[in-house]
Amino acid sequence: MTRFLVRRVSQSVAVLIIVTIVVFAILHFLPGSPARAILGMRATPAAIQAFNVANGYNRSLPVQYLLYINRLIHGNLGFSYHFDQSVGSLLALDLPKSALLVGLSYVISLLIAIPMGIVQALRREKPLDHALTTFSFVGYAMPTFWLGILLVVWFSSDLHLFPSEGPQGASVTASFANPSGLVLPVATLTIVTVAQFSRFMRASAVENMLQDYIRTARAKGLPDWQIVTKHLFRNSVLPIITLVGLSLPGVLSGAIIVEALFNYPGMGWLFWTATGAHDYPVLMGFTIVVAAATVIGNLLADIAYAVADPRVRYQTS
Amino acid sequence: MTELQPTNPMVLGDPAITEPAIAGPAVGGRGLRGAIRDFSHNRMGMIGLAVIVVMLLFSFVGPLLYPTNQTHPNLLLITHRPSAQFPLGTDAVGYNVLGRLMVAGQSTLEVGLAAAAIATIVGTLWGAVAGYVGGWLDSVMMRIVDALLAIPALLLVLLLTTLVTPSVIMVIFVLGLISWLITARLVRGQVLVLRQLEYVEAAHQMGERAWRIVGRHLVRNVIGMVVVQATFEVANAILLFAALSFLGLGPPPPAANWGGMLNDGLNYVFDGYWWLIYPAGLLIVITVVAFNLIGDAIRNSLEVRLRSR
Repeated sequence: MTRFLVRRVSQSVAVLIIVTIVVFAILHFLPGSPARAILGMRATPAAIQAFNVANGYNRSLPVQYLLYINRLIHGNLGFSYHFDQSVGSLLALDLPKSALLVGLSYVISLLIAIPMGIVQALRREKPLDHALTTFSFVGYAMPTFWLGILLVVWFSSDLHLFPSEGPQGASVTASFANPSGLVLPVATLTIVTVAQFSRFMRASAVENMLQDYIRTARAKGLPDWQIVTKHLFRNSVLPIITLVGLSLPGVLSGAIIVEALFNYPGMGWLFWTATGAHDYPVLMGFTIVVAAATVIGNLLADIAYAVADPRVRYQTS
Repeated sequence: MTELQPTNPMVLGDPAITEPAIAGPAVGGRGLRGAIRDFSHNRMGMIGLAVIVVMLLFSFVGPLLYPTNQTHPNLLLITHRPSAQFPLGTDAVGYNVLGRLMVAGQSTLEVGLAAAAIATIVGTLWGAVAGYVGGWLDSVMMRIVDALLAIPALLLVLLLTTLVTPSVIMVIFVLGLISWLITARLVRGQVLVLRQLEYVEAAHQMGERAWRIVGRHLVRNVIGMVVVQATFEVANAILLFAALSFLGLGPPPPAANWGGMLNDGLNYVFDGYWWLIYPAGLLIVITVVAFNLIGDAIRNSLEVRLRSR
């Protein structure tokens, strides 16, 4: 287990280093320069030169990379040209709001997808299974923003049930103060996520249904509901732990769309605005934070999986 | 290590052993012909294929039969309701929506197919080399895949599109260059298994060069799996392209694509202009579902053949 941990952690560190190299490289393939972006098209060559010296842009690329890493390690994610704030403070403000959106969607998705997958496995190849499978296929094939638009048309424009805009407060507590604004964004992200999770859950449950221990349980006369709660549930939910970690990047992609569509001022909205403003420090900071969250999430999921399932034995080669 | 792949969840069918033989006695033919026959007996797969053929005809032949002006806005004709003259109405700058759906389908399908083609070639070669060479090169190559997978696809696309002027060609390259990761992982896993088999060892002993072994023996053996993944990448690329256009980073007008049309319709959500919101979205969903069904059917036909050997 220790060797597994060491190997797994060092892999994660390697992955994070590559992420920083990729992001750094993208920044330096940019047309134009940060100096132009900040000082404007009419800046004199002398002013640009002064800016580059002041910010270290006149150094060689490897030196710049090391300086960048040094700042990162010290928690300095850079300074936003567009918002005139440090990237760290922007993220500190907006990250909790995205976490609220994504977290709520995750929890609700799991609460729906796990029973849904089990029910589908129990009623395999029956009409209910086919109906839910159709739902999953369509949900998966739907562009997230189109689903959001449809929900706005139906529940906001036609029925006037929920606002078409997310909560506008600056802090996460303000988001809580306006729960009705969260309904449509969370619903959009949830439907898309359920479509995926329920497929994994169904596959996992179907596979477990064929195992000998289920047959044994049935042979000794356990009623169906007890087979499900005592045996099937626990064993088929386990692989989903890994899935929750792996699916984080996909769900965050969805969050960008949802925040842009519902004008919800979280990290995704920030990123989208920064894209329009070519505000590269924000783009880089956000990307690195998200990648770090994903890598750490996967690592924790793997460890949790090893702890939760005694059958999992990791090769220490 | 658990090797759960963040693959397309729609491929998760039932375990092969419980699956009833799809086509009775016809199942189990050999080679490509057998695979095609198995596929042709899969009803959902054939429906998917038919839908794609219809979409291709609609997009590429449709404008020839139903020519409309999709270049110059006509401000005298804005947001007309559907009528005999305009079966699906007109949009905010006076384009005929039905005609625009056809033209938009061209770039949407082109982006999906071409991006998937690039992704498949890059991913297959990357995975085959990593798996075949092994050692530290394998480690480095796969950590790069891990790193790129850790960044949400949409973030990568947005980062890359800030670098280039959006055009269909650029979008194809950007989407192709971020979509090869899963293919690379799948191929590498398969190659790790294959390279231990006798015939690869034999080729090695007979002095065949490494790149020839990869090209002739390994790639050929993973092609089925790669084709399945490619169909899902087409679907994913279409969805990413739509997302990109929604965020305002697609090719600018008068270029048209289905996602971009939805973005235009977004401004009229509260006006009841349903013809700007439903048709383009439905076409995306139908196309993506169709590609998923095709991939699913190919996977099934390969699995059925493996089992009956």
